[in-house]
Amino acid sequence: MKSYLSSEYIVERNQDQCIRCKVCVNQCTYETHYYDVEDDAVYSRDENCTNCQRCVVFCPTHAITIRKNPNAYRENDNWTQEAIQAVKKQAETGGVILTGMGCDKPYFTYWDRLLLNASQVTNPSIDPLREPMEIRTYLGAKPDKLEMEIEGEDIVLKTEIDPQLCLETPILFSALSYGAISLNVHESLARAATEFGTLFNTGEGGLDPRLYKYGDHTIVQVASGRFGVHPDYLDIGAAIEIKIGQGAKPGIGGHLPGEKVSEDIARTRMIPTGTDALSPAPQHDIYSIEDLRQLIYALKEATDYTKPVSVKIAAVHNSAAIASGMVRAGADIIALDGVRGATGAAPKIIRDNVGIPIELALASVDQRLREEGIRNKASIIAGGGFRSSADVVKAIALGADAVYIGTAALIAMGCTVCQKCYLGKCPWGIATTEPWISKRINPDIASKRLVNLLRGWSMEIKEMMGGMGINAIESLRGNRLHLRGVGLTDTELGILGVRMAGD
Amino acid sequence: MKEKNIMTDKNEEIITKFGSELLQTRVKIENDVAKIDATGLYYRHLNAVLRILNGKGVERVDINNVYGQRYIGTDIDRNIEIHIYGTPGNDLGAFMNSPNIFVHGNVQDGCGNTMNGGLIVVHGGAGDVAGYSMRGGKIFIRDNVGYRAGIHMKGFQNIRPSMVIGGSARGFLGEYMAGGVVLVLGLNRQSIECPEPKFVGTGMHGGVIYVRGEITDLGKEVEVMDIDGSDAELIRILVKEFCNYFGFDFDEVMSRKFTKIMPVSYRPYGRLYAY
Repeated sequence: MKSYLSSEYIVERNQDQCIRCKVCVNQCTYETHYYDVEDDAVYSRDENCTNCQRCVVFCPTHAITIRKNPNAYRENDNWTQEAIQAVKKQAETGGVILTGMGCDKPYFTYWDRLLLNASQVTNPSIDPLREPMEIRTYLGAKPDKLEMEIEGEDIVLKTEIDPQLCLETPILFSALSYGAISLNVHESLARAATEFGTLFNTGEGGLDPRLYKYGDHTIVQVASGRFGVHPDYLDIGAAIEIKIGQGAKPGIGGHLPGEKVSEDIARTRMIPTGTDALSPAPQHDIYSIEDLRQLIYALKEATDYTKPVSVKIAAVHNSAAIASGMVRAGADIIALDGVRGATGAAPKIIRDNVGIPIELALASVDQRLREEGIRNKASIIAGGGFRSSADVVKAIALGADAVYIGTAALIAMGCTVCQKCYLGKCPWGIATTEPWISKRINPDIASKRLVNLLRGWSMEIKEMMGGMGINAIESLRGNRLHLRGVGLTDTELGILGVRMAGD
Repeated sequence: MKEKNIMTDKNEEIITKFGSELLQTRVKIENDVAKIDATGLYYRHLNAVLRILNGKGVERVDINNVYGQRYIGTDIDRNIEIHIYGTPGNDLGAFMNSPNIFVHGNVQDGCGNTMNGGLIVVHGGAGDVAGYSMRGGKIFIRDNVGYRAGIHMKGFQNIRPSMVIGGSARGFLGEYMAGGVVLVLGLNRQSIECPEPKFVGTGMHGGVIYVRGEITDLGKEVEVMDIDGSDAELIRILVKEFCNYFGFDFDEVMSRKFTKIMPVSYRPYGRLYAY
């Protein structure tokens, strides 16, 4: 069948600048560029280009420019280029349209409608460069009250504290599964988390034993497919996370395409090499809050109650009620993943249409747990499209204890959010398991870039806190008086628990 | 980062708190066998006692009057023998690595959930999702099992978990199976309580299911295939072990023809997407 689809991008090459070095030919994993021996020239197949910018960055003479294909259909606000291309693609294949990364629609980024406070005249601001500024964060169930006793000269804590995670910054790397990404990326995340004093999350594909040494900085995930879950894996992690859902694809499971299931991945997941790794939507031992409690306590039993258990859900309409049930089921940490949360592969229709923004879910969950008097029994990690330290600070003011960053971490390593992770040929060496591509991520360099990102964001967080006259992150947590909304309706402000700017 | 310094040893604490009652009245050591009376004992206390006995190097534990206590055998890292008299609760041997568990009674749901090694022998029947995501070891169940037995069973190269079911199974047997072996003997298939399993092997993409006799209601991802020499050998080994545990006559069990069910494709959903 002849395809009626047109290429999305046009590759322009300045032939005067091109020195025929073939770097672009070698760097593009989609075979966009090719060298013609007879012409002694490099040409391009535009239809293969995903605009990942790998060739642009690596071209030594800057000869390449990628442009959006100007051959657009007639302008139409309903039948956009994207909508028409999608229909044509499905008419030609009869398939579900896949995509990668998070929702790219501009509907609802409330962070951009929330503004932070700063001290003026009264309550002086604090300079974090010269004064102590505390952003260390503990995650886990906190006691209702503390009992202490004086024994001689010492004050001794009598209350037994549930296991806690200690983070030097309120930012963790979110779940990225081994298989969706390569061992090098896992290693980069693990080393950066270890160096900076935070944690990375294995995702649902297990953990290669070569990375067990970073266990104290690892959250091990348990999902419906139970890939790579065994006693050693549970033992080495600092915490265990039960994955119920993720923001990019609430309510559906995952298929790791067979192309990505290499021998190493197959060994870790314990499935045949080259087969699709199927994670069904439900965990078949969890059909209720009571069942969730059963799995939480199975994991606590398996690790002798030594580590917190987190439960991750996608932000959906009833998140507040579900979160209440999760806390009562024994979750020490609740991870909420908003609609802009990313993925290695999801049906585009689900990614862009299912779930709710993290801002609203976070505000309603925090409010509900406070009203029920159980907010201290679990920490909240918010995730789903956090782009900057400002988003982090706003989330903490809305009630989060910490945030998960996934996309931002990948961008730090080289990702350009071209949304083609599901092809398994990521030219930046991230969302791939092919050895010749994945070696493009050098853990020495990538972990350095990640540490730099955490350092930069942490300093910015301290600056913003100092500006508000706050010197400990606990004073900011759930402190919605430091937020004001702009351009929001009364209903939106009500759900966010935030007043209008100027009020 | 793990904050180890603020942790207390929970087991020691439980024993200190309930020490005299738990260890003196509930546990008796007779001829190197530790006997626990589990009447009314909270599962967390029972499992704490098991951990302590395991740590003290006990080789065999008999637990009497078990009545619904969950997670027995979880987090026991030695190859000890545990005999359970009564009805253990859900998730018996969940994430288990090493023990050999013999249940003299029925088991509830999630028996052997994500089990990594060891042995579970059930002199009775099992509830739903028996052997969920099993990665290693063996489960032998004398009677029937509930729905979705063997779901997500895994395997890689020579690591092949196996589950033998003496009776029949409910629907979705071996769903999403990615590896391992399920053998259903159907020794009581004629009885009314034990219908033929439906949607067998739905979503299966690895591993193998053997059924003694015929089976017709299959998931669309699997097909009946011919038994070859290595299949026959594997069935013989598993049936022999099954007969040893439960006293069935080996020749009689082997007298019927066996059916083999395997996935048609390793990529059942390979054509689902538009790339």
